Amino acid sequence: MEAIYLDNNATTRCDPAVVEAMLPFFTEHFGNASSIHAFGSEVGKALKKARGQVQALLGAEHDSEIIFTSCGTESDATAILSALRAQPERNTVITTAVEHPAVLTLCEWLEKEGYIVHKLRVDKKGRLDLDEYRSLLNDRVAIVSAMWANNETGTLFPVLEMAEMAAARGVMFHTDAVQAVGKIPVDLKNTRIDMLSLSGHKLHAPKGIGALYLRRGCRFRPLLRGGHQERGRRAGTENSASIIGLGKACELAIEHMDEENTTVRSLRDTLEKGIVSQIGHCFPTGDIARRLPNTSNIAFEYVEGEGILLLLNKLGIAGSSGSACTSGSLEPSHVMRAMGIPYTAAHGTIRFSLSRYNTEAEVKRVIEVVPGIIAQLRKLSPYWCDKGPAASVDGAFAPTYA
Amino acid sequence: MWEYSDKVREHFFNPRNSGPLKDANGIGDVGSIQCGDALRLMLKVDEQSEIIEDAHFQTFGCGSAIASSSALTEIIKGMTLTQALEVSNQNIADYLDGLPPEKMHCSVMGREALQAAIANYRGEEWSDDHEEGALICKCFAVDAVKIADVVNANQLNTVEEVTFYTKAGGGCTACHEGIEEILAGIKAERAGPGEVSPPPLAAALTAAPLAPANASTVLVHAPTVAVSTPTAAVSAPPARRTLVQKIRKIEEVLESVRPMLQRDHGDVELADVQGKTIYVTLKGACSGCMMEVATLGGIQQKMIEALGELVKVLPVSHMPVEA
Ligand SMILES: Cc1ncc(COP(=O)(O)O)c(C=O)c1O
Repeated sequence: MEAIYLDNNATTRCDPAVVEAMLPFFTEHFGNASSIHAFGSEVGKALKKARGQVQALLGAEHDSEIIFTSCGTESDATAILSALRAQPERNTVITTAVEHPAVLTLCEWLEKEGYIVHKLRVDKKGRLDLDEYRSLLNDRVAIVSAMWANNETGTLFPVLEMAEMAAARGVMFHTDAVQAVGKIPVDLKNTRIDMLSLSGHKLHAPKGIGALYLRRGCRFRPLLRGGHQERGRRAGTENSASIIGLGKACELAIEHMDEENTTVRSLRDTLEKGIVSQIGHCFPTGDIARRLPNTSNIAFEYVEGEGILLLLNKLGIAGSSGSACTSGSLEPSHVMRAMGIPYTAAHGTIRFSLSRYNTEAEVKRVIEVVPGIIAQLRKLSPYWCDKGPAASVDGAFAPTYA
Repeated sequence: MWEYSDKVREHFFNPRNSGPLKDANGIGDVGSIQCGDALRLMLKVDEQSEIIEDAHFQTFGCGSAIASSSALTEIIKGMTLTQALEVSNQNIADYLDGLPPEKMHCSVMGREALQAAIANYRGEEWSDDHEEGALICKCFAVDAVKIADVVNANQLNTVEEVTFYTKAGGGCTACHEGIEEILAGIKAERAGPGEVSPPPLAAALTAAPLAPANASTVLVHAPTVAVSTPTAAVSAPPARRTLVQKIRKIEEVLESVRPMLQRDHGDVELADVQGKTIYVTLKGACSGCMMEVATLGGIQQKMIEALGELVKVLPVSHMPVEA
């Protein structure tokens, strides 16, 4: 049986056309773009083309607004640290409680270093309170960093509006769009977004390549200083093969943008409805009316996510979970906690994230097997009793908690 | 994901003794809501012989929690209550051919459920005294609560001491930043209102956080960290001692650490003292283990404290051969 990959928010497979575009840059075009000779200039031309392809997907005004980096994490760190260093008179960062660790862990460290970090809270559906946001914008804020799309639930934040609000108060705005780029249309030249992070491996380019969009005129301080690569804004010899792969992937993303929002979206909806309609005590999490077209995150109450994943994996189906046990921490996903999802449900969240490679047959198969897996695990669960939660029956399970 | 042993996988996919047990006369419900695990253990105990005739479980938890529960029921069936109480969480882990360090708490939960179920059978109250924190050291599965407890109980001040007492940090060393943070937190607490400051030795040997290069922007709002100079390392001026007195002191220190080493099936002996270098022989489980360096570091620290002078503690293998 063919394996079914529904973990595309974790990473995607490289498109074969991407691999093909990259290959010559490991062999015949191995030169260093900085060199004056022919070996280098070939690479230089290809990098320029790739920069243009990324620019096109983002709708950036200038290709020099694209800085290639090594990953999404580096882009995030570069943006936030740059804003703080370029504006030493400003000591505050506004972000959200549900960011990826690439932003959150950095912000926690910044707090230890003495900066002030405001994490915007979200409601039960993962939505921000824009009034709270507005009230926090002042001239001590160096940067706002809010993700465009949440990696766990796919929930979209109104970043265009938030960027306008920041601009009106003279505050820089960065968005971690690692999950959004390639899945929803982006047109940066018509926004007030100053910086945007993206990562190749989320859109069928290789791992270990990312980009930072930096609006022309936005004050900037590099993270890595050294050679003059990327106009001195990110030193280090270019990862030319990967950059060319990212460029190709961006070109393909433009071609597939409609498909992403029609075919992939409808597969996702079929999957979600198919599962939720068959199983009691489960619900999709996040802002389901405003989310990525490829993501469905379902909380199965009274069972634990890792068990679900192991049983799915046995059947060749790959998903991911927000349960504590799969993260190596003791706490379930910070995103689920921020939304106030009860513990018994937060531990049982499963994220299915699709791509244009998924098929209807695959979705059908998943819909077939999930109910059995949940039933099997609920039979083992002390919170579950025959056909419903044990809380509704006598002798409800109330363990002594550590 | 995790590297589960075949045995863990097998017990997860085919759990033994799962589901309610009809005429159970001892039930233990335990859990850790944060880490998401909860377990109900049901025992059927023969009142005459106190033998566990049957054991079932229901578990809300990850693969290894379910496997640990399954293993536990298999282990204790047929045991007397007294025998069952001897079952340790390590026994459960061993039965499953080991658990990943992040998952050792699953076996701890199994053991707690067992204690709770037996208490329930005997009509006693069972209360959990075990608190769990975030896993800090992945090499030796030591969590934050354990580290903080040991640091507080023994007034520890350095990463080396923490390693010496708990093993945490003695492997790959990647968690040293985390240990330093715990130490800094406790130090800040100790230095709270009306508290005495930590001994100078501690201050000197605790790695002081380095000021970032762009200190001017970063540290404006940061509390200033007082950094003691290494000269403060020696608390008391070196007293004049005869060699015999010095060796007696050294023996005292070794005596004080011996119980800890013996707990890990090791031992230590004094080999020689040459000037400021003390040579020791590490024995049993201590010798050659990856903890050797950390152990010696810990002993050295205690020697410095006790002798009031800077000395080195080295394994006897480092002793120069006499000409
Ligand atoms: C929202 C978000 N930001 C940042 C990252 C980090 O990207 P990278 O793995 O390229 O560093 C990810 C990917 O895991 C992500 O989902």
